[in-house]
Amino acid sequence: MPHPMSSQSAASKPIPKSSGRPNQLFRNLNSKIALTPMMLVAAVVFFGGTVWTVIYSFTNSRLLPRASFVGIDQYERLWASSRWIISIQNLLVYGILSLIFSLVVGFVLAALMDQKIRFESAFRTIFLYPFALSFIVTGLVWQWILNPEFGVQGIVRSLGWTSFTFDPLYNPDIVIYGILIAGLWQGTGLVMCLMLAGLRGIDEDIWKAARVDGIPMWRTYIFVVIPMMRPVFITTLVLIGSGIVKLYDLVVAQTSGGPGNASEVPAKYVYDYMFQAQNLGQGFAASTMMLLTVAIIIVPWAYLEFGGKKRG
Amino acid sequence: MANVSILNATGAAIDAVRTEVAAGPRGKRPKKVLSGRNIMVYGTLGLAALYYLLPLYVMVVTSLKGMPEVRLGNIFSPPMEITFEPWVKAWAQACTGLNCDGLSRGFWNSVRILVPSVIVSIAVASVSGYALANWRFKGSELFFSVLIIGAFIPYQVMIYPLVIILREIGIYGSLTGLVIVHTIFGMPILTLLFRNYFAGLPEELFKAARIDGAGFWQIYGRIMLPMSLPIFVVAIIIQVTGIWNDFLFGVVFTRPDTYPMTVQLNNIVNSVQGVKEYNVNMAATLLTGAVPLIVYFVSGRLFVRGIAAGAVKG
Repeated sequence: MPHPMSSQSAASKPIPKSSGRPNQLFRNLNSKIALTPMMLVAAVVFFGGTVWTVIYSFTNSRLLPRASFVGIDQYERLWASSRWIISIQNLLVYGILSLIFSLVVGFVLAALMDQKIRFESAFRTIFLYPFALSFIVTGLVWQWILNPEFGVQGIVRSLGWTSFTFDPLYNPDIVIYGILIAGLWQGTGLVMCLMLAGLRGIDEDIWKAARVDGIPMWRTYIFVVIPMMRPVFITTLVLIGSGIVKLYDLVVAQTSGGPGNASEVPAKYVYDYMFQAQNLGQGFAASTMMLLTVAIIIVPWAYLEFGGKKRG
Repeated sequence: MANVSILNATGAAIDAVRTEVAAGPRGKRPKKVLSGRNIMVYGTLGLAALYYLLPLYVMVVTSLKGMPEVRLGNIFSPPMEITFEPWVKAWAQACTGLNCDGLSRGFWNSVRILVPSVIVSIAVASVSGYALANWRFKGSELFFSVLIIGAFIPYQVMIYPLVIILREIGIYGSLTGLVIVHTIFGMPILTLLFRNYFAGLPEELFKAARIDGAGFWQIYGRIMLPMSLPIFVVAIIIQVTGIWNDFLFGVVFTRPDTYPMTVQLNNIVNSVQGVKEYNVNMAATLLTGAVPLIVYFVSGRLFVRGIAAGAVKG
């Protein structure tokens, strides 16, 4: 992404060593002025804010932030809290399943769309429109569809199968799958689109060669095309992954964390402790854990993506 | 010949011709239309499309029924008697807490948040992207990398410091505060978008303008802006849908009377008091989803381009 032009940055040094320019500081002054708001934001909010939160996660702040440090107390309390443990488990289940399903479903749909089919743009429009909707809207619709009295369960029962049970939003054991159904509905269209773009980037000759060699289509996909699409998969993985960690609105809309606290997620834990339970320290510690999780996903990817490009 | 031109006139006619050819005696060709493979392809896609369309259908259908009919049971059945009352009620009478003036309040709040946020964030980001693409200086690349990393930091880590800052300035809880927040968090992705676009324009244009004596703002206003209409549209799409759909910032940075539409919607539907009016809830949900849906259906391909670039925002 960012570096194709860096070798041509001659533009930025219009008059290389003219003695008329007194100071490095004033070179491209307008550019620097234009970037000032952005730099302030990056320095104060992105960098400063993050560091501030991490530092204050080591204090015992409650209603207001206080700089009385208590070491890793907040983290010990966090990991001893059953609600946090449930949040993490939910996030793991949701995360792993939504990665697998959205990649598989997204790829299969993209592969089908790539068969030179008719009505391609109609199908694309249908698969992608949920992505335009907010998680709140998504959550509320699926709350209604999964309503045990009127929704899917009610209908199947009214057809005569009276013992049929499908009430994910009211059953603590499976509530996270109810959220998963909604999340997949909203997000797989995007994965499909990214995958389709990747498939369109594959050279036609590959397909011809595979056909000449008599390799069946599914084998070509698995052994030739998918390995060739590695960059697309990695990008998609990073996008879905960093989105999953932020999972919040969907849960709030669909279940408000219930029944009990069976569908709590880390982002909701952070919000509740910061703005409702007036326990800032816990909120800071939990959000620092979220930051750590994202870092674990992003750092290797950034290293591969940007570190690799510089060498090549 | 006339025959052929008539056949070409409609897609359905072409269809017919192809089936005819396929059913014809030439043996090897039938694969094209009714092969097992095609049935599989269209069958799967059709089923998937059904799954994706179902919730929209259920929303529309439920919102057009009266409550007695909703209670009768089948959420998939079309309304026997179409009523627009739930829509009116959702828009003008639904209650959140003590306010009973419906979603209209949230709608107008969202509009008042949306318009300035979109304008300011795009103005700042396009200038920044332009500076980063064409007027590099020592450290600008590093700065850019920091900005991109900023796009991945979970908002939860930066929210509280931002609350403190806004409280100090005295705009915490106001619409202005939320506009600033949206502008800040829209910056990384928009700057990336504009920088990559400007970097892709032919450099000769920029050099020629430099030689003719144009400065920073002149080149931006007279050369870059007129050439970058499509990317501005993409940026607008990203921002309009993103800001309209936001929930987290709305709930953190506003008060009940300044709640944006999504927050108000959630409060209406998930309120524990009173009898649940599912038809009103679905009408309200549709109303909230309408703006991004309209943007989506109107913008078509540009939306796809926008989300490919904007997906980072998650």
